[in-house]
Formats: sequence, C-alpha cells, structure tokens
Amino acid sequence: METMELLEISSDSDNGYDQGYGRGAREPDPAPEERLGRLPAVLESLLLAAGQPVPIARLVDALGGPGRAEVQKALEALRAHYERLGSGIRVVYVGGAWQLRTPPEHAPWVRRLLRERPPRISRPMLETLAIVAYRQPCTRLEIEAIRGVDADAVLTTLTERRLVRVLGRKEAPGRPLLYGTTREFLEVFGLPDLNALPTLRELGAPEDIFKALAPEGDAVAEAAEGADSAGEPSDEPASEDGD
Amino acid sequence: MSAPHTVKLPLFEGPLDLLLHLIKKNEVEITDIPISTITDQYLAMLTEHPELNLDGAGEYLVMAATLVYIKSRMLLPGTEDEEGVEEDPRAELAQQLAEYQRFREVAAALGERNVLARDVFAPPGEPYEASADDEAGPPVRDASLGDLIGALTQVLQRIRRPVPHEVLDEAMSVRTCVERILGHFALADEVEFTSLFGPAPLASEVIVIFLSLLELIRMRVVRARQSEQFGPITLALSMSLEDAAERLRDLGEVDEWRGGGGTRGDDGAVGDQ
Repeated sequence: METMELLEISSDSDNGYDQGYGRGAREPDPAPEERLGRLPAVLESLLLAAGQPVPIARLVDALGGPGRAEVQKALEALRAHYERLGSGIRVVYVGGAWQLRTPPEHAPWVRRLLRERPPRISRPMLETLAIVAYRQPCTRLEIEAIRGVDADAVLTTLTERRLVRVLGRKEAPGRPLLYGTTREFLEVFGLPDLNALPTLRELGAPEDIFKALAPEGDAVAEAAEGADSAGEPSDEPASEDGD
Repeated sequence: MSAPHTVKLPLFEGPLDLLLHLIKKNEVEITDIPISTITDQYLAMLTEHPELNLDGAGEYLVMAATLVYIKSRMLLPGTEDEEGVEEDPRAELAQQLAEYQRFREVAAALGERNVLARDVFAPPGEPYEASADDEAGPPVRDASLGDLIGALTQVLQRIRRPVPHEVLDEAMSVRTCVERILGHFALADEVEFTSLFGPAPLASEVIVIFLSLLELIRMRVVRARQSEQFGPITLALSMSLEDAAERLRDLGEVDEWRGGGGTRGDDGAVGDQ
C-alpha cells in the first residue's frame, strides 16, 4: 500500500531512527539523502516476522521501492538505534543476512526462561571447525594430519549439527569426502562471512586473533559494508601490526 | 563465564596437544625442543596415564615412536641437503606443532564468540524459508562447490602454504615400501623389526621404511610387540593378508600428503593456481 512512500514521509513520521533517539537532545535535521523515513521501522517488522536471517536482496524485494543502498543504510541505522538504546534486541549481520537477536549480556535470563541446555561445543569440535573453515574443501585425512588424532567421530557430530557439510569428493585415490563449513556455521558463530575469519598468517600473536574475532568488533561492520562488493577478501582485520 | 564448554574429561586432545602442554610447561620454543627431555616426559606421561592409549588409534604411541626416532637421529651425524645445510631432525615435528597451535588458537577464539543459542538468541522455528535461488544474495549463501572453491582459492592464496617436506626419494614411495613390508608377512607370520631394513640400507630407505611402518601401525594393519624392555620388537599382521591389502587401498591418500605435495603438485583442486 504505502510502501512506495517509505522514503517520502520522513518529515511527518519522525520516529527517531534518523536521530539521537533516546538521547534527548535534538540534532539538526539530517540532509535530505540521509532521510530514511519509516524504512528502518518497516525493516524491523520484516526481520521480526522472518525470524531467520534474511539476505538484503529479499528485503529489497519485499519493500518493492527503496534500492539496495538505502536499505543497507536503513539497516545500519536500525542497528545503531538499538545499540544506542541499550535495547534487548540487536540487529546482526550473519552468514550474509540480517537478523534480530538478543544481546549476549541477557543470556542468563533467556537461558533460564527457555530451560534448554546451551549447545555444547567441545574443543575437538572447535579445532576441527577451525581447520575446515580455513582449509575447505578438505578431507578427513588433512584434518587428522593437523590435529594428530582421528577426526571421524567429530566430523560426524559436526555434520549432524549442520556446522559442516560434505561438498563433494576429492579426485584422488579412494575418492575421499571433501568437507566445508555451512551457513549455519556462520550463523552460530555470528560471522558475517568467511572473510571475517582472520588470515592464518597473522596467527602468531593470540591477541590478534581475538581482536579479529572480537564478538562485537569492527570486523562485523566492515564486512557488512563490504557485502555489496561481492565478497572481496578484506585484508583489514588485524593486518595493521602484522607481517 | 562461558568457559565450561572448553572443559573436557580426557586430559589431552591428542599427542600434539600433550606435546604442546609439555613444551609450555618446560618453557621452551617449538622450534628448539630439547628432544631428550621432552621425549622422557612424554613417555612418562604415557606410563602414568595408560588410558591415553586406550583412546583413539594408537596415536599417542605413534608420536612416542616419532619422538624416539627423532631423538636417535639427533645422536647420529646429521644428513645434509643439496646446499650442504644440515637438516634438523626436529623440523618436521616443529612445523606440525606450530601448525596445530595456530588452529588451536583460532579454535579458542571461535569458542569465545557469542554463540547462537548459548550467548545470543534468535526467534525459534523456521517460519521463513530462504529460497535457494537468491540470485542477488551475498555469495556466502547456498554457494555451489565451484563457488566455494573459487572463493577459497583466494583465501588460500593468502595463507602461507606449509613448506613441502621432501621425505621420499623418487626411488621408493611409502606405497611401494608398504607393499614390501607386507611381502615379509607373506613368508612369515611374524617379522622381526630390524629385518625389515636389510643388511645395509640407505638413510633414506630407513626413513621411508620406518614411516611406512608407522603408517601401518596407525592404520592398525600391523601390530608391534615387545616382550621385554629393550628386547627385540616383533611385528605381526592384525588381520589377514587379504584384508590388509584391501585396507591399504586407502594408502594412495597417505602417499599423497606425505610425499606428493612438493613433487607432483597435484594435491587437489585448489591451492596450486
């Protein structure tokens, strides 16, 4: 119905998404091209209704008016808005898609409400995931060569948990299975895409890895911005003081 | 707070994990392991914790054999490569440990992240089904194998490839050597360890034969027994000769990652471009 007017009615539906909502102080009106109108609020509804992560292309489709760049901007505004507010809802960009999630600091209460045991992710699972994430497509033997232990059971578990999947078979004697990580892997670990992993070269100092993999670090924002440029590997995370 | 997930009952995740523990405890560098000390401590650990050997396919024992082997090579006059640089018998192990440690660090960093359904929560269920043909979607979604390989080739190019370690002579691969070892069992049920090597073997032959034997033990095709300490080691097949031959079809792979990386350059679809 009014979807076409999403961008036009910014002046009379001042909902605060453009400005310092919750901050009290009024800032001067943003420049016309910065006006997002009801777009952030509509996107909020879309993400709430979807539940699962939604790729930006689907959001653009559903809106049927605003372009990709505007939607991207509105999503960023929505994310910033929630953060400023200290809200119980956060907008995240994971596995190449957008989703509403709870902030980590509320986890204890949410867990108690849901009465579900948090998924157990053991060290062998994490180590195997790390290897698969970097070396994919890779065979079981390649994983075992690095970890020095049998990887059969842990690969079965990871496959069942849909964190890892079989990509095909290697054209080598025995035609061994090739494994790779899944979209669920990115979603579960809150990674925008595979480029958000630090490059292995920089793994010398553990601080660098933690910096590059910081839960709410800039890597997320950077990768989200770079999402339009079709997965260009960004060398940024942690390379400043490396090499 | 989110630490409990990293705690696991078995003390170590494998022989490399145990070795890294010892290296850290002794405050030494991976690149300069006091092999004698570490070997002694490693063997002591195995004696104190026999349960380590019950787990897995004898991986701890294979590492013990490797350590002892490196230790013995340290005692011998060093072999030199073409440029006359003396080889460090520990180099391969050091590289393997460094490699494992790097992945262990990434694993720890992954575990620290805000994990879905543990630290952060999203609405349950799947009311929205993302269609598989989101053509305009970002490349990480439902990528085909080809896409993934393409994308990962870029990543792999940035990764430092492990230095290929030339273990094998062109003359004898692990595969041919394994066949030779099996040949012994066609003639006798039990074979004495030293008889595998012949009267006057080349250094490279010894290495390949030993590696092949470790491989056979790791694959649980061959069992090595010793009736007394420092006594002769007797080898026996743990299955019929036919079954063993069957099992060894898989060895093509072994051959490839052990010896093929540097020479043949055909190790897979990615990484060589």
